Amino acid sequence: MREKELNILKDYKYGFTTDIESVKAPKGLNQEVIRFISNIKKEPQWLLEWRLKAFERLKALKEPDWQKPKYPKIDYQDLYYYSAPKSFKEKPNSLDDLDPKLLDTYKKLGIPLQEQKRLNGIAVDAVFDSVSVATTFKEKLTEKGIIFCSISEAVQKYPELVKKYLGTVIPITDHYFATLNSAVFTDGSFVYIPPNIRCPMELSTYFRINASDTGQFERTLIIADKGSYVSYLEGCTAPMRDENQLHAANVELIALDDAEIKYSTVQNWYPGDKDGKGGIYNFVTKRGLCKGKNSKISWTQVETGSAITWKYPSCILQGDNSIGEFYSIAITNNHQKADTGTKMIHLGKNTKSKIISKGISAGLSDMTYRGLVDISSRANNSRNYTQCDSLLMGNKCGAHTIPYIKNKNLESNIEHEATTSKISEDQLHYCQQRGLNQEEAVGLIVNGFCKEVLQQLPMEFAVEAQKLVGISLEGSVG
Amino acid sequence: MREQLVTDFDKIISDSNFSKKDIELKRISLDKFIEDGFPTKKKEDWKFLDINRAIEKNIGELDFYNDYSFQNKIDTSYFVKGLEHNKIVFINGRIEKIDFKSEDSNKIEIIEESNLSNKFNNINSLINLNNAFANKNYKINVKENYSLKKPLIVYHLTSNKIYKKNINLRLDFKLESNSSLRLIDYFEDDSKDNFINIFYNFDLEKDSSLKNYKIDHKDNKNVKYSFNNIDQKENSISETFILSSGSSFFKNEVNCDLNGKYSSAFVNGIFKLEDFKNHEIKTNINHLTENTKSYQLIKSVLGEGSKAAYQGKISVNSIAQKTDGYQLSKCILLDKTSEFNAKPELEIYADDVKCSHGSASGSLNEDSIFYLMSRGINYEQAKELLINGFLLDVIEKITDSETKNLIKNTLGLKE
Repeated sequence: MREKELNILKDYKYGFTTDIESVKAPKGLNQEVIRFISNIKKEPQWLLEWRLKAFERLKALKEPDWQKPKYPKIDYQDLYYYSAPKSFKEKPNSLDDLDPKLLDTYKKLGIPLQEQKRLNGIAVDAVFDSVSVATTFKEKLTEKGIIFCSISEAVQKYPELVKKYLGTVIPITDHYFATLNSAVFTDGSFVYIPPNIRCPMELSTYFRINASDTGQFERTLIIADKGSYVSYLEGCTAPMRDENQLHAANVELIALDDAEIKYSTVQNWYPGDKDGKGGIYNFVTKRGLCKGKNSKISWTQVETGSAITWKYPSCILQGDNSIGEFYSIAITNNHQKADTGTKMIHLGKNTKSKIISKGISAGLSDMTYRGLVDISSRANNSRNYTQCDSLLMGNKCGAHTIPYIKNKNLESNIEHEATTSKISEDQLHYCQQRGLNQEEAVGLIVNGFCKEVLQQLPMEFAVEAQKLVGISLEGSVG
Repeated sequence: MREQLVTDFDKIISDSNFSKKDIELKRISLDKFIEDGFPTKKKEDWKFLDINRAIEKNIGELDFYNDYSFQNKIDTSYFVKGLEHNKIVFINGRIEKIDFKSEDSNKIEIIEESNLSNKFNNINSLINLNNAFANKNYKINVKENYSLKKPLIVYHLTSNKIYKKNINLRLDFKLESNSSLRLIDYFEDDSKDNFINIFYNFDLEKDSSLKNYKIDHKDNKNVKYSFNNIDQKENSISETFILSSGSSFFKNEVNCDLNGKYSSAFVNGIFKLEDFKNHEIKTNINHLTENTKSYQLIKSVLGEGSKAAYQGKISVNSIAQKTDGYQLSKCILLDKTSEFNAKPELEIYADDVKCSHGSASGSLNEDSIFYLMSRGINYEQAKELLINGFLLDVIEKITDSETKNLIKNTLGLKE
């Protein structure tokens, strides 16, 4: 029985495609496509100009190539930059108007779009290819003054907020993929928490790439006004396809005075098959700005999917006494590659940051932690603590640690520790002696190894993530 | 700079008696250097300290031609006293003296060779510069089963005769099986605004042992770069210690290939900087086979305007199981304007390994100072005591007691 279960689990269970008619922009990357996207979203003139400006800059930029995992050149002209289910010409007003096929898709994925059926109080914004299909719990959130909607909707309804904050953390003058996103971003979530409000439930976005040859370029913008708190979850899946698909999202977080943002990601994009064919290129730019005093931004990520993961969720600690945290588990198996880590840039006084990174590599995979801790000369009395541990399974995989540490302030302290090891024979023996088989024993030990990070996740997510950790490593021992 | 390079190069070639083949090889290196130029910040390895800028800022236009036809007078007062030793004396880049009188002359072979191999082409552009302009190559061969009785001190002396010059040095060492050598590099500069580029290559055969201590203590305004390439066979040991303090810019690079089983490499270093000096240590330890070991400890104390960088890399090949690699860097910042950068890197492809690194930087512990002051020691003394204790940790790692004392004396740390 168990074996059967395992066989099902071993395959990527989110690998199905939804057969749904879609509207696509013409293939290729040019001004017309950008105008098309802007037009179909009925965007105001300033946003179109903003996009075009980004596109102009993009032409002058070169794709970076310093990363560890190399990939074949992406033909940006051979991609669809916009794809939406056909029934979305007019956005449905309520869930009842939604294409049942879509609802089915999300049901299969385990995402409760129909509120009455939901068990846990999580408000979801579901993004299907290029558009947001549904946002749940709107009324309840509106009562408190919280804005949680797709970014296209926010552009229409709250243009002054979007205009004020969009691009302040990731400007259009940033690196290649971020600029690409600024030019062609399609949808994503927008969150605004008004002053002194504690968001009563977890907010969540669920991303799904369905159409082939599409890149997903979503943009998320979260603003926590003075004294507010929000916890935000992000999950992602894609169908199994032989070709590689690009996912280049931008996420901007802004925390004002005394505000706190907690951002958790469980990334489970399709990782490609056993021979490394297909899978998602996950090249995401995530950056948080602790703008106000005593603000806090915390990133938690569980990275198990994608053929290549290449991202560094960062914190810019601008306000005095602000705090940045980064907790990460990255698991690579088969031919997966990851180059991930964080940047902590200390600008304000008494700023603190903490980095806990756990990397596990198995099979033929390659896993790199790359991080930057930069304490500027103004950031008096700042502290950083970094710990990055790697676990290797087998001698065909690699684990690398590349931290950059810069200290320009005499009153500040930086500590960094890193270790690399394998699961020791003793530990395995101990568990096996007590009746666990090898795979269970490995699962147990790995979960222990990751515990520090898993604890940071909201409860419902932690359970899922724990399972995911086990599944990702299935078949990598013995 | 390009014209300068070409004319200086032609001048050197016409003065010298290099073979045709050598000239050809030198020209290839020169062309490559002209193409690449001095490394800049854009190169990953030079990210923290930019030698191109240092040369532009401190020196300006460099002169690559050196007239080696005249002998320089050796001022014996520079020699290390109270320690019997063998000598190689470089003055302004010219070898003035090679003296192995305390050793068995059959056991040491000194080969003057100009035969260049292109094995070391393109490691970085400075090595190409060295290949193109280095005058004579000396190869020192320590014969089988021979341990030098006394340490060998290589004096790097410069006089005020040279100004805005580029000097390139090259030495090769071969330690045959079961031999050992203690090598001290001693820097004494009376010149300023020169760029000195040193390249050492070591071949360590089975069971041999090399101890290399570099002492750069005297304040001077030169820019220096030193590259050590160490190739290790089975059961060999290399120990490198770097005291980086005197020059206004110094980058020490150590590349160590652990090719033989049970070989081990130790790299330890101290930065003691003030006065807007920029120093860097970069190590590259390649564990290429099973059961090899490496250990690195770098400590720095940084005063006004100074900047130190440490880039340490441990890389473990997929067949290098049972590797033991360790790396630690610690730094005390003494001034608002000092800066410490580190990039401790691990690149691991084998699973049964034990590798770790640590890095910490901060200021002196106020509690410790308070503790000492409450016992009647004044602030300055307390600070000095703590700094000395901090640095002694590294000095105690030196396995050769004679050299250890020499370094303690140079730093003014009494027993």
